Amino acid sequence: MKAQQGISAVAALIGVIVIGAVAIVLWYAMSPGPMAFVTAPRVKLSEYAGAPTGVPADLPGRDDPLVRGRYLTQAADCEACHTTPGGKPFAGGRAFATPFGTLYSPNITSDPETGIGHWTDAQFIKAVHKGVRPDGARLYPAFPYASYTYLTDDDVLAIKQYLASLPAVRQNAPANDLAFPFDQRWLMALWSAFFNPDQRFRATPAHSPEWNRGAYLVEGLGHCGECHTPRNLLQALDNRQKFAGAVADGWRAYNITPDKSTGVGAWSDVDLASYLAAGHAKERGAAAGPMREAVEFGLRHLTPSDIGAMVTYLRSVPPLSSSNLPSRLAGPAPAAYDGGNAAHVDARGRMIFESACVSCHAWTGEGTATSYATLTGSRAVNDPSGRNVVQVILSGVPPLRGQPDVFMPSFGHAYTDAEIAAVANYVTARFGAEASTLSANQVARLRNGG
Amino acid sequence: MLELTINGEKRSVDASPDTPLLWALRDVLGLTGTKFGCGIAQCGACTVHVDGKAVRSCVLPIGAVGERAVTTIEAIDGTSAGRKIQKAWLDLEVIQCGYCQSGQIMSATALLAATPSPSDADIDAAMSGNICRCGTYVRIREAIKQAAKAG
Amino acid sequence: MTEATSRRTFLQVTLASGAALLVGFHVPLAGAAPSKGGGAGAARFAPNGFIRIDREGAVTLIMPQVEMGQGVYTSIAMILAEELDAAWDRVRLEAAPPDQALYANPIFGIQVTGNSNSIRAFWTPLREAAASARAMLVQAAAQRWQVSPATCVTQQSEVRHPPSGRTLAYGALIAEATRMAPPKDPQLKSPQDFRLIGKPIKRLDTPEKVNGKAQFSIDVVPPGVKFATLAACPVFGGRLVKVGDQAARQVPGVRDVLSFDDFVAVVADTTWAAKQGIAALDITWDDAGNGVVDTATVSKQLRAASLRTGVTAQAVGDVDKALGTGERFDATYEVPLLAHAAMEPLSCTAHVTTDSCEIWVGSQVLGVAQEAAVKTTGLPAQKILFHNLYIGGGFGRRLDVDYVIKALRIAQRVSGPVKVTWTREEDMQHDVYRPTYVSRVAASLVDHRIVGWNYRVAGSSVIARFLPVAFKNGVDVDAVDCAVDLPYDIPNLRVEYVREEPLSVPTGFWRGVGPNNNVFVVESCIDELAARTGRDPYEFRHALLAGTPRLQAALELAAEKGDWGKSLPPRVGRGIAVQTAFKSYIATVTEVEVDEYGLVRVRRVVCAVDAGTAVNPDTIVAQIQGGMIFGLTAALYGRVTVQNGRVQQSNFNDYRIMRMNEAPQIEVHVIRNGEAPGGIGEAGTTAAAPALSNAVFAATGVRVRTLPIDPKLLAKRPTA
Ligand code: FES
Ligand code: FES
Repeated sequence: MKAQQGISAVAALIGVIVIGAVAIVLWYAMSPGPMAFVTAPRVKLSEYAGAPTGVPADLPGRDDPLVRGRYLTQAADCEACHTTPGGKPFAGGRAFATPFGTLYSPNITSDPETGIGHWTDAQFIKAVHKGVRPDGARLYPAFPYASYTYLTDDDVLAIKQYLASLPAVRQNAPANDLAFPFDQRWLMALWSAFFNPDQRFRATPAHSPEWNRGAYLVEGLGHCGECHTPRNLLQALDNRQKFAGAVADGWRAYNITPDKSTGVGAWSDVDLASYLAAGHAKERGAAAGPMREAVEFGLRHLTPSDIGAMVTYLRSVPPLSSSNLPSRLAGPAPAAYDGGNAAHVDARGRMIFESACVSCHAWTGEGTATSYATLTGSRAVNDPSGRNVVQVILSGVPPLRGQPDVFMPSFGHAYTDAEIAAVANYVTARFGAEASTLSANQVARLRNGG
Repeated sequence: MLELTINGEKRSVDASPDTPLLWALRDVLGLTGTKFGCGIAQCGACTVHVDGKAVRSCVLPIGAVGERAVTTIEAIDGTSAGRKIQKAWLDLEVIQCGYCQSGQIMSATALLAATPSPSDADIDAAMSGNICRCGTYVRIREAIKQAAKAG
Repeated sequence: MTEATSRRTFLQVTLASGAALLVGFHVPLAGAAPSKGGGAGAARFAPNGFIRIDREGAVTLIMPQVEMGQGVYTSIAMILAEELDAAWDRVRLEAAPPDQALYANPIFGIQVTGNSNSIRAFWTPLREAAASARAMLVQAAAQRWQVSPATCVTQQSEVRHPPSGRTLAYGALIAEATRMAPPKDPQLKSPQDFRLIGKPIKRLDTPEKVNGKAQFSIDVVPPGVKFATLAACPVFGGRLVKVGDQAARQVPGVRDVLSFDDFVAVVADTTWAAKQGIAALDITWDDAGNGVVDTATVSKQLRAASLRTGVTAQAVGDVDKALGTGERFDATYEVPLLAHAAMEPLSCTAHVTTDSCEIWVGSQVLGVAQEAAVKTTGLPAQKILFHNLYIGGGFGRRLDVDYVIKALRIAQRVSGPVKVTWTREEDMQHDVYRPTYVSRVAASLVDHRIVGWNYRVAGSSVIARFLPVAFKNGVDVDAVDCAVDLPYDIPNLRVEYVREEPLSVPTGFWRGVGPNNNVFVVESCIDELAARTGRDPYEFRHALLAGTPRLQAALELAAEKGDWGKSLPPRVGRGIAVQTAFKSYIATVTEVEVDEYGLVRVRRVVCAVDAGTAVNPDTIVAQIQGGMIFGLTAALYGRVTVQNGRVQQSNFNDYRIMRMNEAPQIEVHVIRNGEAPGGIGEAGTTAAAPALSNAVFAATGVRVRTLPIDPKLLAKRPTA
């Protein structure tokens, strides 16, 4: 009797677990797509009069297929991930720390042995749309094929043609270093089945042509959600929280929904366009970390019409509020070093600030020489986690190519974790709405990859 | 061709607007008292005054200067704070190699003009952006205090 | 062996050096063309290479050593003016031209400013030169007056004859003085007659350093000058394969892109444009196989080398036997590569034509620079005109002439003068670095006394590269300086040197040179041994210094002024250390506070300094203060690391320098006596690390054996 009771109890427990697991999987599987918020009907491109794909009308030299290919490659930001810092473009090898181990981007130059020189068009399209290599192996979704799947075949092949026109580089990427079971590529087939819609872009006639172009750029080429949308346990994007902000590559990718207080709802169109195109907007701060790369390799090459289209589209997603961000941004700090909010914070923070930071940022936070150094109003200093402030201190902001005068040096080599925690706490207290309370340990973790 | 107001004079500068003021001063106008030390606002050797405030000229593009008045070490004796600082510097024999000292004197003068009797904390706040590789900090601190007393 | 040829021969320098065929560098003024010395035209009295007096009585003193902040122009002028009895407020200074015969540093044998020996080396020769000149002037006046020279006196650039009340200005005597034979044995003043020496005289070079008028080599602007900067292969020893310069040539203001086998230069209308041009280049380098070198492998290499038996530099008693007795102590210490990072980045301006060459530079070795110029341009020395200018911090970097040679190679391909300025990044990544040393000490204690001491230092030999003739019998006298001839009474002692050159990393002299490492190691060890015996570090040293009374006296003074023994709060500690480096006897007490994260704040430093005869006591104080900051910076933060064959540090954001808000109070107590002058330009730097790390030990109980001090090891709560 007892045994039977026991068995049924176990069975019940298993039942609950199974049902729970199924529920979770279903919850994930039924996770809305990135454009589920659009209620108006969508149609195939062939049934749509506009031209949301390809390259924009204002792209100079657009008749040249290589110009088109280069533009799309930039819009898809391929170079950022497929190049090591200081390495040969597109030769791969860049490391990506994930919770499951380290991945390395492959070589996508035309070298036949170590790159993709021998891939056919169909193979390339399959990789980009479905995350499947010519040898049938599955790609990890660090490669954002769930976004690229929206791209038209034409656009994908234009990219391929452009890559083929570049110098081949013979260079093998290091082998991935993943823990079991994540080193089992076949598992990604399951992941894809759930999370890759494997669908080309569809237009929404009810919206403007500009909006549709913006959607193609933001959701497909630009794959913005890959960083700005939080992920679920299975590393798929949780579009219920679309663009509400997440942590990517150790940096916080902030809320880019139109929420007025914690998103970009209060930003003017000019601010948004400038931030995307130049990596910087007056009184909004400068793009750093992965966003800096997105600007460097991608966004700053886009035409004004495309930047405008992205802004239009971003404005239309549902506003979501981030509860962990203060609802207002702090104004300028006082001009006197001993005024303001930071008096109670670790004296070491002030010592470092007055040594290494104030020359550019000023005691007010408004910058001494150029607005590029303005801290006031930037999201990073108004983020009580202090994460991006620490990251930017550790690794700086590299100059954009051709603009060598705008950058921030890195201080990670010269200052200890405790000192960086102190100065980050000081900076958020002095210039932000709410001070961070970082410890040396937290800085150490960020230093080691987040 | 840009027009700048330097040490009370209008000067035309033939250089692109993104040229930092430091290099316009040194290489175009021949005002070499302002020194190059790092180029990234980390050492203070290039400090000048822009409307009386100490600014690192190595990160200030001439295109961003506008109408504001630039004062360099060559004309700092035109201000009373500047003269006091220079005198204290010599009286206390602050200087060693001297390379950082144009910048030190510009920072100290701006401090003294704004804060006539600076505390140690005031001095730290105003002077810690200026590196002296010869290590003259002890005397710089004393000299600022002495200049303040002379006030 | 005399002092001049002993191990000290070449080493004691560090700062000395250089003059050059100098035109027009005058502090405070002096307008005349340079003198080659000795010559005696009617218009001037120039009895030797150091002194020139013209008809108007203007006294020009020629500076055989370069001014880089150490105040040497003033000290040398004081010595000359003292013995010459020149009117101090009217002397003019002039930098010496390159002339190894006239201006060689007596200790080195070449024209060099270094090793803190300017005053030590030139003290007697300059006094004699000036006294001889004075004797000739007196003789001339005596002859004119028909009186005995013995009845004449000199003062304020005049000869006076008190019995008759007659006076003649030096300027009025130049023609006759020139005809006088220099006395064989010029009589030197006795110290109690000194009017200048020993007084805190104001420096002569500083008035033009408060208003931007002083010209450093980076400041010269010859008419028509172009501006250049350069990029060498980031990997040491790498070669240029090819350079894409299309984008660079489009930068506004860029005039030319010049490729050399080991670097690329951009010539432009401003340094800024040149820098932009460099940034726009697409350069392919061949790293010559050095792309594999990194700090960890260098450290491993040195540590392995330190296990080998070295060449014996000094041996006393029976060390092996002594080490077998009593309580044994073993420790290994390591110091990192360091960059000079002088405030003035390297620069040199040159104008080379087919038959002439003019060079504006600040060099610690003008003679070497001249030889390099001859070799590079193929022109004879007399066609090469040097202007030696103020140096914005030398610290040993400008003992090398690589930057002069590069500037000349660029100038050969530019028409008109070109100023080559290194970016800070280039300066830091293409330095000659203070070598990393690994030192092993084995000692044994019997009855609280050190009975055996084996000291072995392994590292690169700067001497072997810099002055090969001085590298004798496998011993680098610099690398063992202050490890040999310890002031302590130790009966059995051996000092060994193991030469080990870290792959591809160039090494050079760095303020404080070998003694920096050796005093740090020796004084750390002595502290550790004191702790072993349970003795107070002061008492322990004091007992061992009976044979070196000057040092013992300094120790006593430093302890007294530094409040040695007074109680301190938790995590605050005092450390003490002594040294005889550069022939100055110095004791230092340093007080630190270590916070819970292991961050060290230096609260106070007290130095007692016996540098013998103090020419300018204020300069001694200033040099100790400044040298101390330089050394504290290194001990707390200094480290150049190499990865993939390249230096990782680039500028002051990642090569940290102590700043105003971290600088401690530094008190210097000068002990005055009549001993020969000791060196002080580097001694403060040498004094920094040992007293600091001993203080850290006192505050935390953690012994630092590797520099820079790692706060992680000192944290109260370990920080991951
Ligand atoms: S040169 Fe401008 S701060 Fe260093
Ligand atoms: S006096 Fe030499 S750097 Fe300051």
